[in-house]
Amino acid sequence: MVPAKNTKPNKSGIIGWFSSTIGQILISLFIPSITFIVLWQGYLFLQRAKAPQIVQVVVAIIWGVGGVALLYVVANWLVLKLPKTWSKRLQPFVFVGPAVAIMGWFLAVPAIRSLVSSFRDRLGDGWVWFDNYIYAFTDPRMLETFRNNLLWLVFGTSFSVGMGLLIAVLADRSKAEVLYKSIIFTPMAISFVGAGVIWKFIYTYKGIGANIQEIGLLNAIVSGLGGTPQPWLSLSPWNNFFLIIIMVWLQTGYAMVILSSAIKGVPAELLEAARIDGASEARAFFNITIPYIKGTIITVVTTIVIFSLKTFDIVRVMTGGNNGTNVIANEFYLQSFTYTNKGRASAIAIVLLLLVTPIIINNLRQFNKDRKGF
Amino acid sequence: MKKKLLLLSVLVIFSLVLGACAPKETEPVVEETEEMVEETEEMVEETEEVVVEETEEVVVEETEEVIEALPQGQELANAYAGMYDGTVVTMAGPFTDQDEVIFNDSIAPFEEATGIDIQYEGSKEFEANINIRLDGGDRPDIVDYPQPGLLLYAVEKGYAIDMNTLINPDWIKENYSEGLQKLATMEGPDGPIAAGIWARANGKSFVFYPKAKFEEYGYVVPTTWEEMMDLTAEIAADGDTPWCIGIESGAATGWTMTDWIEDVLLRVAPPEDYDAWITGDLPFDSPQVNLALDYIEEIWFNDDYVYGGRGAIPTISFGDAPLPMFEDPPQCWFNRQGNFVTSFFPEELVAGVDYDFFYFPPIDEEYGKPVLGAGDIYGVFADRPEVRAVIQYFSTGESLKLWVEQGGAILTHNDASLDWYSDPVTRGVAETLRNATTFRFDASDLMPGSVGAGTFWKYMTDYVSGTITREEALQQIDASWPE
Amino acid sequence: MAQSAKSQKKSQSLVVNLVLILICIIWLVPIFGILITSFRQSTDIFNSGWWTVFPHKEQVTTTEIKLTTDVADLKAIADSGSQISISPETAEFIGLQIEEEMPTEEEIAAGAEIPTYDAETVDGVSATFDEFVQGVELDDGRLIRWSGSNIRGRTLTLSDNRLVWFDTDLTIKNYKDVIGGKTVTYKDGQGQTITRIGNNLGGAFLNSLAVSIPGTIIPILIAAFAAFGFAWLNFPGRNILFTIIVALLVVPLQIALVPILQDYVALGLNGTFLGIWLAHAGFGLPLATYLLFNYISTLPRELLESAYIDGASNFTIFIRLILPLSVPALASFAIFQFLWLWNDYLVALVFLGEKNKTVTIAVAEMVGEKGQDWHLMTSAAFVSMVLPLVVFLALQRYFVRGLMAGSVKG
Repeated sequence: MVPAKNTKPNKSGIIGWFSSTIGQILISLFIPSITFIVLWQGYLFLQRAKAPQIVQVVVAIIWGVGGVALLYVVANWLVLKLPKTWSKRLQPFVFVGPAVAIMGWFLAVPAIRSLVSSFRDRLGDGWVWFDNYIYAFTDPRMLETFRNNLLWLVFGTSFSVGMGLLIAVLADRSKAEVLYKSIIFTPMAISFVGAGVIWKFIYTYKGIGANIQEIGLLNAIVSGLGGTPQPWLSLSPWNNFFLIIIMVWLQTGYAMVILSSAIKGVPAELLEAARIDGASEARAFFNITIPYIKGTIITVVTTIVIFSLKTFDIVRVMTGGNNGTNVIANEFYLQSFTYTNKGRASAIAIVLLLLVTPIIINNLRQFNKDRKGF
Repeated sequence: MKKKLLLLSVLVIFSLVLGACAPKETEPVVEETEEMVEETEEMVEETEEVVVEETEEVVVEETEEVIEALPQGQELANAYAGMYDGTVVTMAGPFTDQDEVIFNDSIAPFEEATGIDIQYEGSKEFEANINIRLDGGDRPDIVDYPQPGLLLYAVEKGYAIDMNTLINPDWIKENYSEGLQKLATMEGPDGPIAAGIWARANGKSFVFYPKAKFEEYGYVVPTTWEEMMDLTAEIAADGDTPWCIGIESGAATGWTMTDWIEDVLLRVAPPEDYDAWITGDLPFDSPQVNLALDYIEEIWFNDDYVYGGRGAIPTISFGDAPLPMFEDPPQCWFNRQGNFVTSFFPEELVAGVDYDFFYFPPIDEEYGKPVLGAGDIYGVFADRPEVRAVIQYFSTGESLKLWVEQGGAILTHNDASLDWYSDPVTRGVAETLRNATTFRFDASDLMPGSVGAGTFWKYMTDYVSGTITREEALQQIDASWPE
Repeated sequence: MAQSAKSQKKSQSLVVNLVLILICIIWLVPIFGILITSFRQSTDIFNSGWWTVFPHKEQVTTTEIKLTTDVADLKAIADSGSQISISPETAEFIGLQIEEEMPTEEEIAAGAEIPTYDAETVDGVSATFDEFVQGVELDDGRLIRWSGSNIRGRTLTLSDNRLVWFDTDLTIKNYKDVIGGKTVTYKDGQGQTITRIGNNLGGAFLNSLAVSIPGTIIPILIAAFAAFGFAWLNFPGRNILFTIIVALLVVPLQIALVPILQDYVALGLNGTFLGIWLAHAGFGLPLATYLLFNYISTLPRELLESAYIDGASNFTIFIRLILPLSVPALASFAIFQFLWLWNDYLVALVFLGEKNKTVTIAVAEMVGEKGQDWHLMTSAAFVSMVLPLVVFLALQRYFVRGLMAGSVKG
């Protein structure tokens, strides 16, 4: 890797020279500057490239992926050159620094700016202090979004995780595992617009009349069973559940993939031992598998809770938030881009942030539990 | 040890690859461009000064021979003289697919004659995307807004450039009606400016019907509201649902309903009330708006009068709504919509033979023959000579001639000829618009965005689908009006 | 004993498979529906459900009956609730074209005859108007129905209930249009028809790859480093930084669009691949870091301890121990990130724009603003689904038991 103390190479030839003091000083100047030049050239090339698309794409991939790797190697190498106390102090930041910096730039700083604009008016010119928050907590539209997001959060999360866990566990015992998992996963590969079309073919309602033939599957089934077709997506508040079904259909694949890889991590010997002791499959599952993958379940639940709070595309594509299906993220989008009310939009984003505080606290409790670093 | 070598070789390869790939001439090129930009900026400043001093005859110092200005402005003449050959003007708008092709074809002769490359970028998420781009500083030179309400944001933020500084103001006065000029005047941070110039327009007070079958069945075109309602009742008695109504339109669902309300309101109340309603002085929960809704409910909420029944209205796309008129036999007979809707009709239909329109009849004779309309408007966000040339060109009807020849659109430009409308239906629409005693612009496009493109649409949709009552809907819209 | 255990196992596996098959069928029905729809004619899509392509019984109309009675008389009959009678004296019978045997346009041009059903007749069928609108079944099973529901139509149809075999009117045109570009035709002022090929997906696939591959790998690499740092290294501010990262999970990326675009315009990054990778890295990092942290922090402590005792540096441990052990987690996140990027529309639209159209943008433009082109949307959904599925199947092999155990030993 880098000239580290723990390896004892034969000091001969060119490598031996590199290990000498002069060589080390030269190299610690040389390598970072080369890295910098290389990355800068790549950056300029990509910024104004006129090369054929395929060349650009290949260079872009090599430069992007290689450049990031290179940055880490060089930064780590430089830190190790420092006196030991300093290198120990600084090294963690080599690991977390880039991530923190990028997230700071792309999300944290905009979030803070939003916090500021949430106290300002529509165009961001004057201060209105808490007016936007008063709106966010009293407007009937907003109250409707809170109710709906609660439905999404409770039902969307429990069904997605429940189904995901069920499928992951069952598929683990089947020979055709890959096939089943691929099928459940397929909806994730579809864009939201595509998913919208798919579900319109389920929920579509064409109306009542002598010569009207339903093209939506649900209404065809209902009228086939002798019922009356319904405008499913206009039936408030049930329409929320019809939308949540779409989310479950899309997100179960996510829960399944992560839970499945966690289940694979449960040591087979443990389960085997339990079975030999005469435990039933259900017992083995609840006493061994579940505790073993508890951390993963919390992770999956956390992320799906957040997905359901941020849910946006499904609602926008299917109902546009009409007929009592509006959700917070859709209202945020409308306020920022359709109504161009920056103040309200920012306040809504901040409210969204506040809503997850309990989840963050819970995660931190996990984080602080026996977490001792090296 | 191997790792060390590997690392070194990776480094070397990287520098080689990227060194070789990065074009050596990159930097000089960059400098040149920067210089050019500076030069252009200087030129712009110069031109601006000149414009301020003498509006009529602008003399551009860089040219040796003086090019005579066109009525639209000096830059258009310069452009035709080839002075801006090779320059690029970027444009953004909501038109994609077929419309984008037609638009590009209709400006092609201008691009050929002047050498200016107009790069049009159409996007489906235009409404949201354009404000992100404007705020983010990634501003197209010219933007084609489908509704003037969207342009208002750019004006309020001070992004839009006053058209009177870009185009000869006399030409604007000459080529656009006073009412349209007034609608395009918007309040910026430094006072009112002529924020945009109008492009295509749409009349909305029209009822389309399947003419051939209509005559075959022996129905007669109504000219008054009573006649229309009598005919509605007659068709219902004959067994058909007379009206085709659909208000679904993705994220904009509900706008068809708001158009109906506007159109009927113009027929039951004086235009002054309509104007007061736009500014928020007449509330939604007022007798006038309620009266308009009474008339609408009579049609919309009668399951025998509407194809699919009331429950189907919010689920049928406005573009699909007219299609049952053209089935054999027709399933419904009337579709009240803007004249653009003909572009949603099956291609094989012949205008004036298979379908035609009648004027949405007046209710109260006192209020004359009002017409509701809407249109797109261009805004400009960069002041360069070639941009001026292009926007001056767009201020002529010629720039959209090919587009209106397709049907489905009429022009706002006074220099546009009625002969350009190739089909009798569009020509009729244009004539109706010119003969209107009262012309009013789509109110929802002029209200604040949070109402006109927000609560108005949303609560009307919820009201039609029966999620909330009329009273609740109107009160909620009033409550959402920004202070 | 062994026997019963075996049979118990067998029946268990049967139940497991049955449950899975049932769930999979439910999952697949919506997709199956649009798969069929994507092969249907655009006009059929709106007129009948996709399931009608399968064999089913249907009323096949063979004859059209045109009443010769005067409209006014008919209305009088209907209003009084009396019966309308159909017989050769009151009506004209016309045989209809046989749809499934229709010659193609070329064949018609070459003089092929259009086959028609022989006109069938009925004599003396009487019913009220309303009954005819509902349909009147004759003794021989044929059905007479009012065409439409308007009395002025004066037209009825005579149909047989027949078994319709598979719908043969399927087409691959929708896919051709999506992949090769839809033709756009219009008439110019002189009435000439102009035809253009619209957008196609050619370069868009390459662009989507150029966005998705580095946009997937870069944040995973950065997140893996950070996750290791948070999980196993001590440094001041660790808790607060981690809290912020979890909080950032919920920040909607839309709030960042305008500030980041401003920065990009200033840096000249707007419209570049570098810009969009950074953006996707920024928006994807909180989740990537969070997920990978949760995985990496559960690795056995003893393993790392022994490595440190052996004198390995943090970097070595990360590269040689953590990364190989985290392959399942890396692979699962890689799939999600790849999918989100592949299907992303908004970020690509804002930061990449028109110059380098991705598949989603190209499809959105093709479908057009009318939003009615469901035949294109369905086929486009399938075309753009293929690659993500291949990626999933390719990464599937990393989710196998024992991978961890194997690496630990080495």
